[in-house]
Amino acid sequence: MTVSNVTRMQVMWNRLLSVVEEQAQALIRSAFSPIVRECGDISAGIFDLKGRMLAQAVTGTPGHINTMAEAVKFLRDYFPLQEMKPGDIYVTNDPWIASGHLNDFLLLMPVFHNDVIIGFTSCTSHLIDLGGLGMGPEGSDIYDEGLLVPPCKLVDTGQINGLLMEIIKQNSREPVANEGDLFALIACCEVGAKRLCEMLDEFGLSELDSLAEHIIETSRRGTIAAMAEVPEGIYESRLMIDGYETPIELKAKLTVEKSSMTLDFTGTSGCSRRGINVPLNYATAYSVFALRCLVGPDIPNNAGSLEPFIVTAPEGCILNAQPPAPVAMRHTIGQLTPDLVFGCLSQALPDRVPAEGASCMYDLPLRNVSDGGQANGQHFAVELVHNGGTGARPGKDGLSATAFPSGVWGSQVEIAESVAPVLFHRRELRCDSGGAGKYRGGLGQRIEMSSAVNEPFLVFLSVERIKFPALGRDGGLPGAPGRVRIDKSEGLPGKGMLRIEPGQTLIFETPGGGGTGNPKDRARDDIVADIREGLISTEKAISLYDWSTKEGSQ
Amino acid sequence: MQPVPSYRIAVDIGGTFTDVVLTGHDEIVLATTKILTTHDDPSLGALDGIRRVVETVGIAVSDLDGFIHGTTLATNALIERRGARTAVITTEGFRDILEIAYERRYSQYDINIDKPDFIVPRSHCFTVAERMSVSGQVITPLDEAQLASLISELDDCNAEAVAVCLLHAYANPSHEILLRDILKKHRPHLSVSLSSEISPEAREFERMSTTVANAYVQPLMSSYLKNLSKRFRDEGLLCPILMMTAGGGMTTLETAASHPIRLVESGPAGGAILAARVAASLQASEVLSFDMGGTTAKLCLIDDFRPQTSRKFEISRADRFIKGSGMPVRIPVVEMIEIGAGGGSIAGVDSLGRLTVGPESAGSEPGPAAFGKGGIRATVTDADVTLGLIEPSLFAEGRLRVDGDAARAALLSDVGNNLGFNATESADGVSQIVDENMASAARMHAVESGKDLSQRTMIAFGGNGPLHATRVARRAGVRRIVIPPDPGVGSAVGFLHAPVSFEIVRSLYMTLDDFDIAAVNLLFDDLINEGERVVKAGAPGSPLCRSRKAFIRYKGQGHEIEISLPDRTLEGDDINSLRNAFEKEYRQQFAREVPGMTIEILNWSVSVSTLEANAANLVALDYHRLIKPETYHNITCDLTGKPQHAGLLKRQTLEPGDRVTGPALIVEPQTTTLVSADFIADVLIDGSLLLSKLDNTEAEG
Repeated sequence: MTVSNVTRMQVMWNRLLSVVEEQAQALIRSAFSPIVRECGDISAGIFDLKGRMLAQAVTGTPGHINTMAEAVKFLRDYFPLQEMKPGDIYVTNDPWIASGHLNDFLLLMPVFHNDVIIGFTSCTSHLIDLGGLGMGPEGSDIYDEGLLVPPCKLVDTGQINGLLMEIIKQNSREPVANEGDLFALIACCEVGAKRLCEMLDEFGLSELDSLAEHIIETSRRGTIAAMAEVPEGIYESRLMIDGYETPIELKAKLTVEKSSMTLDFTGTSGCSRRGINVPLNYATAYSVFALRCLVGPDIPNNAGSLEPFIVTAPEGCILNAQPPAPVAMRHTIGQLTPDLVFGCLSQALPDRVPAEGASCMYDLPLRNVSDGGQANGQHFAVELVHNGGTGARPGKDGLSATAFPSGVWGSQVEIAESVAPVLFHRRELRCDSGGAGKYRGGLGQRIEMSSAVNEPFLVFLSVERIKFPALGRDGGLPGAPGRVRIDKSEGLPGKGMLRIEPGQTLIFETPGGGGTGNPKDRARDDIVADIREGLISTEKAISLYDWSTKEGSQ
Repeated sequence: MQPVPSYRIAVDIGGTFTDVVLTGHDEIVLATTKILTTHDDPSLGALDGIRRVVETVGIAVSDLDGFIHGTTLATNALIERRGARTAVITTEGFRDILEIAYERRYSQYDINIDKPDFIVPRSHCFTVAERMSVSGQVITPLDEAQLASLISELDDCNAEAVAVCLLHAYANPSHEILLRDILKKHRPHLSVSLSSEISPEAREFERMSTTVANAYVQPLMSSYLKNLSKRFRDEGLLCPILMMTAGGGMTTLETAASHPIRLVESGPAGGAILAARVAASLQASEVLSFDMGGTTAKLCLIDDFRPQTSRKFEISRADRFIKGSGMPVRIPVVEMIEIGAGGGSIAGVDSLGRLTVGPESAGSEPGPAAFGKGGIRATVTDADVTLGLIEPSLFAEGRLRVDGDAARAALLSDVGNNLGFNATESADGVSQIVDENMASAARMHAVESGKDLSQRTMIAFGGNGPLHATRVARRAGVRRIVIPPDPGVGSAVGFLHAPVSFEIVRSLYMTLDDFDIAAVNLLFDDLINEGERVVKAGAPGSPLCRSRKAFIRYKGQGHEIEISLPDRTLEGDDINSLRNAFEKEYRQQFAREVPGMTIEILNWSVSVSTLEANAANLVALDYHRLIKPETYHNITCDLTGKPQHAGLLKRQTLEPGDRVTGPALIVEPQTTTLVSADFIADVLIDGSLLLSKLDNTEAEG
């Protein structure tokens, strides 16, 4: 390649990355679903004619990292190219094609340039409600969980499919917001297609093929070069988690070869009867995210950088749930897979891998009580999101009350109280909840709330790490488990529906992250600082960190 | 009308340089100077600069009719953590508002990031029993009995400043006010900032963070302003000193001392004001302002001669430019995007063999390799030198030696040797990448604001703006560029065009279906009274104008759209026009409105300001005198990468009506304008350069 060509390719690559960010912004700014607009639970990307992903917006959560890449390949083969027309947009929310549960809708738009199809734009986002039992783990199969839209046309040569739109609205508790979110998705595809054509014009291109080869080949090579830092071999790990009815065992075997990393979930428990099962596309997204955090994290996401990562699992295990298994809350367990992956990687790359963290989001879906006779009852449905602590990092403490692996933002109390009739009494860090270690795990938080009016409210729980806390690494201790109580009750299970009566207080404590290294090796200055800042108590400093009060008086 | 002041002076104290500009009748620039900032006492350098320009013009300091001052002191105190020892007081049960923040990481894949440092450690965050409801009803009265022990805790941590942020205080500030009264009674020297005054908006984390930032710089700024005022009085200054704010307006010393957080980033705001002024004189209703200096480039959209404004800003981002890595403050600011692309931005090659430029910068020390002040890394300036765009003998009036060999050597070792490029190819690559970065940032910024770039006029200034303007414009699809006179001190020139103004935003939630007109009118009366009080203090007797706005969205969305309201008491019919205005703007931004959706309003704002003087009309002349350069210079063409002869002209020799065809370099003391081969440059009446892009076919001829 000539000199000017190299630079030109790179300029065009940068341009593609900026086009996908534009797409993402258009989607987030016009979205209705709170988890989209506040938390960026989306993906947006550009694909070549073969359906290979060339660029994906970095805005968004890891849950979409390669689900969209795989979904587009599927749809590209499903619909004949010669039948696609300018202005067409395809849609599906099939969990096994799109992104693991019915709420995630994926759109695909063929891009025509001078009447010739040259590639695709695609995007995914989370719609608020698809009917059925709604967001919660209570469904016993996918049919309980709401409306499934098989791959079909949402827009035909610029005209919205009115019947389909009406079906999606009429099967939802939030029809208007669903329509608004579909409009946002359409805008996202169209913005991307328009910018892509402008780019082809500006650079005088008639197709994407040579640029696609350049991007994919460069990224693939870069990823394989980064893999060379990981010693070849087989690494295994296991993770015990709460589950719904019974505890669940997750198992992984990571095979590192010269130019590939294969993760296999053989040995993992079977599916639950409730909606905490995970389709493989979603488990893969979070597993590959965890691998890429340590292997070539600065290489952009595309078909080339994803190709060397392979994830497999036996059909029917809880990380490869098959239809018609219920999957609404697939994120609860899906977001724990990075801890499983880190368990493997910590053997291959000692000193570079964090301890286990709270990992799954501690969300609080709240609703009014739906039983009749409540003339004054306020209708509301909100999903508050909170998080626990992250695992201690190599050479650094974990982060307190911080989302990882998800990228979801926490809710603000003043906003929560404005959208739901609840009153918060407390939202503070939990002293001593971070796993002790040379490097301490991040702290969880304690939230207390009650009804602000003389009405009860419902909470739909699906959280983990109540029975099994985040474990430490290399002598570090576990973080505190999560705990959910009503007033002075015993700790309640992490999954199921709670009813909070007026006058009662829900006490919701998120887990701490695990520590790394022996707590006795923790720098004395750090212990003094932790005591001063109220992050650990003097008693725990003495009992776990081998600290003596004399040191404090120095 | 008030009499037009004869002599006005603007002082812009930046991190490296202090710029001073003196204007006379009809805003004509009489003298400018650029001197090194005196960090120990910035007012000393300012005094030195003022004496220089005053002497140049032959007047006395007492002859000045206007004095406008902008400073990075507040910004730097925040970035360098040189503020007061600050404590926080908040509602019992919510001690960790700062620690918990938004519970997010600003970088997806980087597992080693640190949370931003929000200044006040947990051990200095105190709580008091009290509670307001979301609608401002008292649920728990303020526990005054608790305050004695609270005060002793403040004493124990030697707090000099206190940020008070109680839950829902924007809806009812009475507990915050009572708390301040008691604190001031017992500790009169304590500096107290209330969230209900500094940022009365819902969302406790951002309100607290803004209040903390204000409290943190307040003791420093109030003593600086006092000192400054005394120093210039002693020098004979008679006119009041007005302070430039982040929002692009001026305010009094008194308001500046109580709301010092509003003084951050006033320099860049001045640049945007200049661009707005140039836009007005050209009658260019859609403008992109492009201010490229040594470390960063700042881009701002200007519609209808007003810079776009925003209500949120981030201070001291950890990884400098990554969103979410800094400390958010909610104040009125000129909305701009700042990226790490300046003359000092460092070039390199990453692990994938991709050429990268910035955001790391060699700054002024050690500087680009070509300056021979110890810099060895390849920078954008080194690329420009290698491409022949900086003529060594004319650079910085010949005061700085430019070493082309050092520039080429740095480019080869940092870029060329890794990619198999020679020095010129490396330089061309660096230029293409940095220019694409700036053009991409401009496009992204436009998209986030729902705007289009292609019809815009670019107004370019700053030390490197005129040099990179054509290259960035071409990539951003912009066809018209204006380089104003004195582009090197653009921000200070902008100060002289700023109105005296004050903007207040307050939260009051309602939906359009449930619209309480009386409550809104009452709120506006309140905001207007407060705004007018502040502005009248700075501009007694001046006619004022007001603008009222509402921040609206569909119920369920997370991003509000700003809608202007008529400046009068609202009536029943206004609800429909408000709905129509919102839907129209929504269509503009997102193609179609969403039918049947409830519309909700979160915040209301009032801005009060003095009227701006009319801008001189700068229509292009209808005749052209084609100037044939006397000398030529070898450059590398930015279109083809091939060697080319470019005309070399001095800007001060050009006159209105002159036309220069590209490729050409127009040189002046503080910067150089590159007229690329596909552009022509016309000199306008006031000496501005108008660069117009030729069609592709014309350029080839």
